[in-house]
Amino acid sequence: MVRLKRKLGILALIAPLPLFLVFAYFLPFLGVVQWSFTLPKPGLEQYARVFADPVVQGVFIRTLRVSLIVTLLTTIAAYALSYLWVFGSRSVRVVVEFFILIPFWISTLTRAFGWLALLYNRGIVNSLLQSVGVIHEPLVLVRNEFGVIVGMMHFLIPFAVLPLASSMRHLDQRVLMAARGMGSSRLRTFWSIFVPMTMPGIIGASIITFIFSLGFFITPAILGGGRSVLIAEFIYVQTFQTVNWGLAGAMSVVLVLAVGMLIVLFLRLTRVEKLVG
Amino acid sequence: MTVYRPGPFAFVCSIMIIVFLIAPLFAVVPTSFTPSSYLSLPSGEWSLRHYQTLVDNPQWRNSMLLSVSIGIGSSLLATLLATSFALGLWIQRPRFSAPLIGFVILPMIVPPVVSAVTLYFLLTSISKVSTALGYDTWAGVVLAHTVMIAPFAVILILVALSQLDRRIDMAARGMGASLWQRISLVIVPNLRFGIITAFFLCFVLSWEEIGVTLFITSVNAITLPRLVWMGLRDNVDPAVAAVSVLLIAATIIILAGVIFAREKWSRMSARPSRVVTTAAG
Repeated sequence: MVRLKRKLGILALIAPLPLFLVFAYFLPFLGVVQWSFTLPKPGLEQYARVFADPVVQGVFIRTLRVSLIVTLLTTIAAYALSYLWVFGSRSVRVVVEFFILIPFWISTLTRAFGWLALLYNRGIVNSLLQSVGVIHEPLVLVRNEFGVIVGMMHFLIPFAVLPLASSMRHLDQRVLMAARGMGSSRLRTFWSIFVPMTMPGIIGASIITFIFSLGFFITPAILGGGRSVLIAEFIYVQTFQTVNWGLAGAMSVVLVLAVGMLIVLFLRLTRVEKLVG
Repeated sequence: MTVYRPGPFAFVCSIMIIVFLIAPLFAVVPTSFTPSSYLSLPSGEWSLRHYQTLVDNPQWRNSMLLSVSIGIGSSLLATLLATSFALGLWIQRPRFSAPLIGFVILPMIVPPVVSAVTLYFLLTSISKVSTALGYDTWAGVVLAHTVMIAPFAVILILVALSQLDRRIDMAARGMGASLWQRISLVIVPNLRFGIITAFFLCFVLSWEEIGVTLFITSVNAITLPRLVWMGLRDNVDPAVAAVSVLLIAATIIILAGVIFAREKWSRMSARPSRVVTTAAG
């Protein structure tokens, strides 16, 4: 009797959150899946559009291109920053951590606005370049793909730093000292020993950045100004402006499947690395 | 003991990246003091008129109050659900806990725009039955934010629980405490910092949530981020700059305070452990 009461007590503790999410999240998602097969009429028409319509294809290709560029640049930048964060002196580490965390805690909108203020036609960057005399006409730096890439990198660098810093922290430094001691140059030690040994972090950071990039919504919507539409903004347009819920649903399903496959890949790779390491 | 130190090249690269991370935050400051009504740098005269707008215009005030009340409502709900869930798992350690945790953190992993479409579906469906809890209502936004922030609370509280000493709970159980007594008198008091941290993070996440909010509100429930978004999309309203400056300043003050306190604390408690490391090495 007491045991049964205890069991029920535990169940009453665990159950509410999963139940809440089943009703508020899982079932509604199935509703979205249903949209994709039934709106405007039953069939696979919307999925055919996802894979054949040139407009949708264009959005997919742009998203992939932007995501790849952002992933590459973000991982490189985050690598350099993690290096300083992990191997700097104590005071350098505190300062770097402060600057990594600040953008982390400031909202997406504020950051996107900051980039608008920097990059628009009469913005700080253009004014500066013009007053120095490097350029005469203002450069178009925002409301285009360049602005989108810059804004996304700014958002993603702090996220990429975490796995990179963790892989550098767990590195056995005696290996580096051994290489240096045996006459390897600084550069050679870095390329042939440091980079390969931090490869799990590089792979982890790239996949995380890429997953985030694929579904990125707010930053590209503001800095792209409707001219460089990625998947997420396209889904928004399909939901509210074109009011084609079937296509919005189909693209959501495709996006979830793509991200799901990437996460499985990520878990596989990190587990293999753990076995090898 | 670190022998390996970054060379000048790595140093210069990192400084450039830090400037990249910080530049847009500083760029907001001069823009907020412009005397004109469009996005521009103040030439000559600096003006506080956009800060005045924030105080005078009831739209800004109302949306801030709305965001605070939604933040408190959804964080309370999310922290409560997450704490109860995590406590149950910690006490019982059921075999199926890993897939269960995987399920409840889904809203954190799924691309935000897909969650947004999903919650849009949910709230428009509810609207057909009840107008109080549905699309574009206070309760609807609280519901949607709770879904989005609960996973973060679950993770923080599970981490806090993993650092808790199980023996104190076992002692309480051995001395005949009921499940409710163990939770309310032993576990939760020891977990209070984790719970407070989870609540605080949830509040911040709800306060600045925009992706989902954009899908589930239109004209009634205009939160602060929603209002900022409207001021950003087409013609940029410099009042957005004034709001941004205030938010950035608040963030920097809180963050610097937290880092400073932690450094001071760890320096105080690090001394004995450093002796141990040296002795071991």
